[in-house]
Amino acid sequence: MSVVTPRQRVLEEHRQPHQIPDEEKHSTNRKERVIEFIIKLCGVSAIFIIALIFLFLLREGLPALTQVAISDFADARWYPIEGKYGFTPLLFGTLLVTAGAVIIAVPLGLVTAIYLGEIAPTWLRDILKPLIEILAGIPSIVLGFLGWLVLAPLIQKAGAPTGLTALTGSLILGYMALPTIISIAEDALYAVPKEYRDGALAIGATRWQTIWRVVMPAAKTGTVTAIMLGIGRAIGETMAVMMVTGNAANINNFQANIFLQPVRTMTATIAAEMGEVAQGSTHYSVLFAIGIVLFLITFAVNSIAARIVGKQSRSRGSSL
Amino acid sequence: MSATEGNTNQENKILVNDFDFYYGDFKALIGLNLPIRTNQITALIGPSGCGKSTFLRSLNRMNDTISVARADGEILLDGKNIYAPGVNVVDLRRRVGMVFQKPNPFPQSIYDNVAFGPRVMGLNRERNLDEIVEEALQSVVMWDEVKDDLKKSAMELTPGQQQRLCIARTVAVKPEVILMDEPCSKLDPMATLQVEELMRRLADEYTIVIVTHSMQQAARASDFTGFFWLGELIEFGETFSLFTQPKKELTEAYITGRRG
Ligand SMILES: Nc1ncnc2c1ncn2[C@@H]1O[C@H](COP(=O)(O)OP(=O)(O)O)[C@@H](O)[C@H]1O
Ligand SMILES: [Mg+2]
Repeated sequence: MSVVTPRQRVLEEHRQPHQIPDEEKHSTNRKERVIEFIIKLCGVSAIFIIALIFLFLLREGLPALTQVAISDFADARWYPIEGKYGFTPLLFGTLLVTAGAVIIAVPLGLVTAIYLGEIAPTWLRDILKPLIEILAGIPSIVLGFLGWLVLAPLIQKAGAPTGLTALTGSLILGYMALPTIISIAEDALYAVPKEYRDGALAIGATRWQTIWRVVMPAAKTGTVTAIMLGIGRAIGETMAVMMVTGNAANINNFQANIFLQPVRTMTATIAAEMGEVAQGSTHYSVLFAIGIVLFLITFAVNSIAARIVGKQSRSRGSSL
Repeated sequence: MSATEGNTNQENKILVNDFDFYYGDFKALIGLNLPIRTNQITALIGPSGCGKSTFLRSLNRMNDTISVARADGEILLDGKNIYAPGVNVVDLRRRVGMVFQKPNPFPQSIYDNVAFGPRVMGLNRERNLDEIVEEALQSVVMWDEVKDDLKKSAMELTPGQQQRLCIARTVAVKPEVILMDEPCSKLDPMATLQVEELMRRLADEYTIVIVTHSMQQAARASDFTGFFWLGELIEFGETFSLFTQPKKELTEAYITGRRG
């Protein structure tokens, strides 16, 4: 290894010709305005389209409220052929599977993100990060298939009456949410300025204290977003869950371990039954009403996240 | 050159012996020898890129966070080599704190910023913490300014206040040495003066090393000055004599503005 001193470096630099940077001479004013207009247009139309979708959901779903008594929605059974539109088993199924997925994916995802962003050497991060992002691209039907073929038999072997359970769904959903959580949380940690870490280390914080007390709080916005997107993915996922949860819309006979019983989620119900209902029938409206509830749940998750994040981003004083 | 020019009967808090520093195969510091006197302000001057920050970061081993960095020679803190095997860098940095060029308060409340150090050292009793926070903010002459806004985010302070908050954050762990890397370069003249006055007061209790590219600041605010040039320490001595009777031609050229 040949050692270079500052003197030699200065000499070296003087030997190289200076490069004169190209000057941007274009008048950018009009260009700016066009770009700004296009961005605004995109933003406004996105909001407009979401509003339209919600209106459509309302139009198709609201009649259900007049055709089915509210008390009937509280029924413990979903059995549309007999006119039983008990909503609780579906809500229960969705919440159970999602909660399970979150319990699995959030801690695992955050720890992995911390490992990648703060502890792993750069070369390892540069290999692992893209790999993990590729995992996010696996179609959900493939994961559902894997869950059905590999995971379900394992769970049955472990003692559950059937392999198609809420737990199976949670594991598959957790796995699906992981890459999103890891990738976005790691980006957030990576974006925390080095100055914060230096500040903490320079007054005698250990590496772990620095991560836990400075880096993580500073990356709160991004981490919460990561978790939220993970939850969103879990709530909205349909095909994989349909394949592995057993689809039993019944909460009358609880297993001792609620995660080890078959459940049916709201999304799976819509997907399974929408093809068979007559347009405009009560069943049809009720399926749309389920859609409205899903929409509201997602909206609530987003609002809660915005509330958690809000305090911090306001103090950053960003303006558009 | 001799490292012991100036007032030789004073105590040395830090003694640097034949210290070299490398970034990979780039030798950024070459054969440094100098003392840092106890309870004095030592200023490091020199043109940009000459290794002042590198040297400062060597004094509390902040350079350890750079993977390609490597040090040779010894730096004695109270007679013990901080580069000896088995030295705990966390303990070292509690004794040798650092204030950075860009004010870097954590995006947390003023209180939490100052309480950060004591908390990571394991102090969690609110009453004691309150006292420490008040004392630290008093010592940077900030208590009256912010005592009613302790819950306010530190990001809302002016840069000058932020820098003093960072000093308070360092002072709160009661280090023995405080390193400051161009602490005023991002501040306006008023805030700069405030920080300089502050250093004077802090020097009663702490040993201070400050990097500055402002020769006026070094002349105004320091007791000893070291002049760096391309990774070498060209001259070291009492500030007054270094500025009035520099021994090296290069020093004279630099302080009279002919080089740099
Ligand atoms: N992290 C680093 N990796 C490689 N080289 C560095 C690094 N930091 C500083 N250097 C180099 O070391 C030399 C001294 O830098 P520095 O200590 O920052 O100078 P100063 O603080 O006097 O401006 C410069 O040539 C700089 O390019
Ligand atoms: Mg510097």
